Amino acid sequence: MNRRIAKIAALGIALAVMVGGAVSAQTVNYLNFSGSGDNLKYLEQMRGIFEQKNPGIKVNIETLSFGDYFTQLQTRVAAGTAPDCFELNYENFVTYAKKDVLLDLGSNFKETKFDVSVLSSKALAAFSVDGKQYGLPSSFSTVLLIYNKDLFDKAKTAYPNDSWTWKEEQAAAEKIRALGKDIYGISHPIQFWEFYKVVRQNGGSLLSADGKRFTVDTAQNVETLTFMADRLNKSNVMATQKQMAGMGDWDLFKAGRLGMIVTGVWAFPDFKRDCNFAWDVAVEPGNKAKATHFFSNGIVVSKTSKNAKAAIEWAKFMASSKEAAMIRVDAGWELPAITDATVLAAYEKMTPPANKKAVFKSLDYLVTPPVVEQSQEMVDILNAQLEAARDGKKTPAEALSDAQKELSFKIKL
Amino acid sequence: MRLSSTDFRGAVPAGRARSRGRAGRCTVAIKKRASAWTTFLFLAPSLVGLLAFSILPMAASLVLGFTRWDGLKPIRWSTVREMWVGLGNYAAILGDAEFWRVLSNTSYFIVLYLPLILIASISIALLLNRKKPLISAYRVIYYIPVLCSWVAGALIWKWILSPQYGLLNNILALVGIEGPAWLQDERWAMPGIVLASIWKDAGYFGLIFLGGIQGIDPSYYEAAELDGASRIQKLFRITLPLLTPTIFFVVVICVINSFQLFPQVMVMTSNGGQGAGGPLGATQVMVERIYSYAFKYYKMGYAASWSWLLFIIIFAVTAIQMRLQKKWVYYEA
Repeated sequence: MNRRIAKIAALGIALAVMVGGAVSAQTVNYLNFSGSGDNLKYLEQMRGIFEQKNPGIKVNIETLSFGDYFTQLQTRVAAGTAPDCFELNYENFVTYAKKDVLLDLGSNFKETKFDVSVLSSKALAAFSVDGKQYGLPSSFSTVLLIYNKDLFDKAKTAYPNDSWTWKEEQAAAEKIRALGKDIYGISHPIQFWEFYKVVRQNGGSLLSADGKRFTVDTAQNVETLTFMADRLNKSNVMATQKQMAGMGDWDLFKAGRLGMIVTGVWAFPDFKRDCNFAWDVAVEPGNKAKATHFFSNGIVVSKTSKNAKAAIEWAKFMASSKEAAMIRVDAGWELPAITDATVLAAYEKMTPPANKKAVFKSLDYLVTPPVVEQSQEMVDILNAQLEAARDGKKTPAEALSDAQKELSFKIKL
Repeated sequence: MRLSSTDFRGAVPAGRARSRGRAGRCTVAIKKRASAWTTFLFLAPSLVGLLAFSILPMAASLVLGFTRWDGLKPIRWSTVREMWVGLGNYAAILGDAEFWRVLSNTSYFIVLYLPLILIASISIALLLNRKKPLISAYRVIYYIPVLCSWVAGALIWKWILSPQYGLLNNILALVGIEGPAWLQDERWAMPGIVLASIWKDAGYFGLIFLGGIQGIDPSYYEAAELDGASRIQKLFRITLPLLTPTIFFVVVICVINSFQLFPQVMVMTSNGGQGAGGPLGATQVMVERIYSYAFKYYKMGYAASWSWLLFIIIFAVTAIQMRLQKKWVYYEA
């Protein structure tokens, strides 16, 4: 009797495993953070269209908040239960790519004749490391120069344009600063994500050309940081912490007391709602070269995924399809990194700002931070020193020299 | 390793624990003979938890501390061998100025926190020891911060300490003092965190001291009153000496907790996604570093070594305190 029960149970388990196996062959587990909150409904829309177009594939979406995401993901990858497909922001992407846990998508692209030209080449390149395409950019946000047209008019200064360099920007900032005691020319935060880019605008670099050592404390980079810090402490076209009196720079801009602000496209909805003056955007000025920064989320496929093929299809759909892109644009949920003219036209129609072209044009000058396995550690080390220079605790030369020492000591290149 | 104040929260206040402990040994003795299996069965639920979530991770962290595991690669024997660095992590940590800076930050916290928490919690205990109407209500009120989650408490303190609009600086302004920028100023950030910690912990230790004070035999006070002792004399000659066992317990727990300082630093000093421990690393403490190395920098092996160093430090400091207690703790009540 007991044996018979055992046999039946074993058969049942075997069947369940087979059925389960068959189902999971077509189920892609997708872990993400950017869909948390209000955006989940747009993600669901994208899945609906994808599953309609790919009847053999089901996508199982799991969304975590950004705060929980990376510890959870780390645990799952370490435990060998990584989701088939998951989202990584650019900053973490580099670390994961270097840790050899992601699948190289290149061969699949060749096999399926995937046309990568539908994606912005710079954004795509950001998600490749050592010549391997480990991810696809699913969304991005560029950082631009946003300016208050009314203050420019009052200061009788021409609006920023693509030919502007630091010099014109500084001159305009000084003229606007002269408008009043409480009016400031520009806000350009002094922190890593700005600094590495401004360094490139000045023709410098944080790493040597062969990528084997840090070059943080070169004379050229000291000049760059001095330029940034002087705006606070010398020309004071930028408000110091004390002058801000607890206000954020967005608030200062919205209050009509700030001529220019270097920030991302995610400020548009806020500014649209709260600014009762005319404003527009421009590609950020450079000095010796133009260089811009973007925040981007990419979709990657786990190296250990058993459904890699289906997972890559989902990744491609999310990153490159017109349908997903239109849902994104309509929802104002960051931007798709695609080159499709109709999608871009739809985006450009939504104003202000009038110069929406600059959002995509900024992608042409994209520079990415040094590709280092210990990426977050590098950012924290540099940030601590930049903060010291910003607050006048160290001169730019001292701060960068200390950063160089600590980085060389701690970061393996 | 995973000692936290909560491990002691259930404990009886020290003053009482001792007196009850002596009697306990005979009363709690199991009179009836139960089979070892039954005992084990009843213990199993918590044993399993202890094994899975404390003992095993601790053993694993000891091994991992000798590797450069990144927290991502699945662990197999072969990978452990491949990642083995021996004492390399420990040498790197001790050879880095960061370790000594972090240790001195922690010591600074202890130097500020320990005297203040003793004064604050003994004062609270003395206040709450009086027979006044509504005294139990006050006891509850002082205990509320203990029940409050650290995240919520730290967020409130972030606001209290805010330079322009904060409660504290506005109060200081009333008496003509221009308060510092607290959490934005590297000289004042740690004192700011100490203030928040005192607020949070004083009620808890106050209650422990209250237990200690109420355990003192009233006949001592009666005798002193007959001899005409003043209130101050009674406090310094009777209450405090007889309270030393409780003070000792509180000091030990406070020092252990101080080395494990973490949530208040994480919440109060992180700014918009940037790392905690600022400004200029002034509030970087050991657990904050361990967390950063493990979950932000993907250096799990290195973080494991840090936590074992933390364990050794706590163990050594506590052992020293245990030795020194003979010199100042009176057990003959």
